[in-house]
Amino acid sequence: MKRSKTMEFGVGLFMVAGILGLVFLGLRVSGLTLSAPAQSFQLEANFANIGGLKPRARVTMAGVTVGRVESIELDTQWYDARVVLSLNSELEGELSRDSIASILTAGLLGEQYIGLSVGGDPEMLEDGDTIRDTQSALVLEELIQQFVSNMTSN
Amino acid sequence: MEALGRAGIFLFQSAVGVPSREGWRLWLHQMHFVGVLSLAIVLVSGLFIGMVLALQGYTILVDFGAEQALGQMVALSLLRELAPVVAALLFAGRAGSALTAEIGLMKATEQLTSMEMIGVDPLRRVVAPRLWAGFVSLPILTVGFSVVGIWGGYLVGVEWLGVFEGSYWSNMQANVAFVSDIGNGMIKSVVFALVVTWIAVFQGYDLVPTSEGISRATTRTVVYSSLAVLGLDFVLTAIMFGGL
Repeated sequence: MKRSKTMEFGVGLFMVAGILGLVFLGLRVSGLTLSAPAQSFQLEANFANIGGLKPRARVTMAGVTVGRVESIELDTQWYDARVVLSLNSELEGELSRDSIASILTAGLLGEQYIGLSVGGDPEMLEDGDTIRDTQSALVLEELIQQFVSNMTSN
Repeated sequence: MEALGRAGIFLFQSAVGVPSREGWRLWLHQMHFVGVLSLAIVLVSGLFIGMVLALQGYTILVDFGAEQALGQMVALSLLRELAPVVAALLFAGRAGSALTAEIGLMKATEQLTSMEMIGVDPLRRVVAPRLWAGFVSLPILTVGFSVVGIWGGYLVGVEWLGVFEGSYWSNMQANVAFVSDIGNGMIKSVVFALVVTWIAVFQGYDLVPTSEGISRATTRTVVYSSLAVLGLDFVLTAIMFGGL
């Protein structure tokens, strides 16, 4: 009987360890957060060129991650990229209407992310608004092309 | 083809059926044997595979100055491929062969026949608990494999080779999706658990009851389950990640 009890305990421990492992994978490895997705609000921004920006990319402000890219699609009216950003709800109504969204690159070859910087307009952006002021991604080929054409014109 | 049909009927008959209180206890016993006792080999292998992945990945990534992507590489290759597959292969060798030999010996010593004589269904008494223990324990073992592997990658990558700790975890978190990476890995491991346990138990139940028959069935268990796992892994990967 005693052996059976320790065995039962072992199996129980085994299964609990399995569930804990899955929780670890969820929280630590895939970065799921327990906070409900309702605690965010969405802004839109149109970019002439998004370079290599991908959904789930970081949105930062002064280097601090404040949200992520929700979706990217082609705006067929203007033929530019419409990016939907999902930001922490604590920023709702705190960003001025002339805030700038620019696509930046982490390191020389790193992944691309969006950096927000605040403007001075007293009116604030609300859920679903569009950021007017945007800076497209730096495309290396275009830079080189400009550089070469400057060199030749000199 | 005939054997496949027999195996299908066999699976259906033993997996279906309301477990009694007694069946619950038998299942627990098998969980201990199949799951808990396989934990050591699976975790140790997971640790070493994670460490090797980090070491190999580092030497390649450092050429591109991208050693920050190490965490992401270790986690994705473990979660998507290595943990389900290697855990299933180890499971086939460690637990599957033992299941085949055990059931085969029961058959050879006519324990199964005598159970039928006294009115106990050997499918429900002997086979079903083993089958269910296998279904449940392999996914748990796979989770353990991934967790220990990622930790092993952390040990080598961060503690030894000096990749920045923050980028190891944050790159991993930014690039691993719960549903499409962890979820698909778990689906794979559930499928492998079904296949490996089914093959093991059926080979034991269906063998020629001689000592030679048992040894052949044990070999067949390991060979068939390894081939099935690797073949199915390709098919599942093609469906999940190949855009089929």
